[in-house]
Amino acid sequence: MPTDNRPLSPHLQIYRLPFIVVLSITHRIAGVANAVGSLLVVYWLVALASGPEAFATAQAVLGSIPGLIILFGFSLGLFYHFGNGIRHLFWDTGRGFELHTAHRSGQVVVAGAVVLTLLVWIVALATGGA
Amino acid sequence: MAEFKLPENSRVGQGETWPAPDDASNVRRFRVYRWKPDDGQNPRMDTFELDMDDCGPMVLDALIKIKNEVDPTLTFRRSCREGICGSCAMNIDGQNTLACTKACDEVDGDVRVYPLPHMPVVKDLVPDLTHFYAQYASIKPWIQTQTPTPPDRERLQSKEDRAELDGLYECILCACCTTSCPSYWWNGDRYLGPAVLLQAYRWIADSRDEATGERLDELEDPFKLFRCHTIMNCAQTCPKGLNPAKAIAEIKKLMVARR
Repeated sequence: MPTDNRPLSPHLQIYRLPFIVVLSITHRIAGVANAVGSLLVVYWLVALASGPEAFATAQAVLGSIPGLIILFGFSLGLFYHFGNGIRHLFWDTGRGFELHTAHRSGQVVVAGAVVLTLLVWIVALATGGA
Repeated sequence: MAEFKLPENSRVGQGETWPAPDDASNVRRFRVYRWKPDDGQNPRMDTFELDMDDCGPMVLDALIKIKNEVDPTLTFRRSCREGICGSCAMNIDGQNTLACTKACDEVDGDVRVYPLPHMPVVKDLVPDLTHFYAQYASIKPWIQTQTPTPPDRERLQSKEDRAELDGLYECILCACCTTSCPSYWWNGDRYLGPAVLLQAYRWIADSRDEATGERLDELEDPFKLFRCHTIMNCAQTCPKGLNPAKAIAEIKKLMVARR
């Protein structure tokens, strides 16, 4: 019987990914986004070093509504990746693998990322930054 | 590399519907993956309507009823019907589990049944597990010793040493965890996957085994072990409630500790 025509069974298409799995892929996406976001920081620093005009342009770009939205996403990604990175550190010591613990730590990381992001933005906007 | 889409010959089409008998009162729909090797067609989803007042409670009961009374060509593996043989592992309602321990009542709406994910399909719900078993054999899943066997008795273990195997020895090698692991989907040719790594740790953790160093040497590899990214779908899906992710973390710790 030929075996080379066997189909591959469906995977991503049909799997109902649970919360902790979604957090895992989100961690990776946030990591990639942070790498891109760090380019923004580099751009801002280069502009700062290039003189007042370039810096004013950079401030205007980053301070525009789209710029602020991107920065908001970047900060959220940073805090999420940071928090989840700590979660991974605990895992690396063999702790926190019980399903309810892993679930709870994931909830804490998500809530922590949201709260820290909002805090930073409230402080930043209140003190007249951006 | 990760290939997210199914190959051309694996796309799933619409299949036949097998209506419930006219006098059925408690009808439930089962949508079941079908593929047969002999007609060159793509896989399809057949719909079977069953009268649940005349059917056992588990998904396996429903599959057996379909095979007995509706379509005898429906093909699936099953044996013990009590969650100890691991034969009827499949994807039910989007999660891997054993059909014999999964109650139909646990599923909302239509009961969708697929073979274990990202595996070559032999027929219908039967995946080809050859590679999985070969990977299992590669970790030498038996006790290895240097010292001679005591002449007058077995190799004994303290209660504490024996307890180290709890949560490991219960694995029935059903492959639910391995085939739920996205890392195994994308790198299953070289990554050993959660079930085989849990088994590897079962022998590493065994106080009677004397090949721990060799076992760790074998696993010290960017792919065999370190494709585990702690996604945790293995522990989430294990029908025996085991935690392969934790076993893998213990192996990783031993790798660092012996440096």
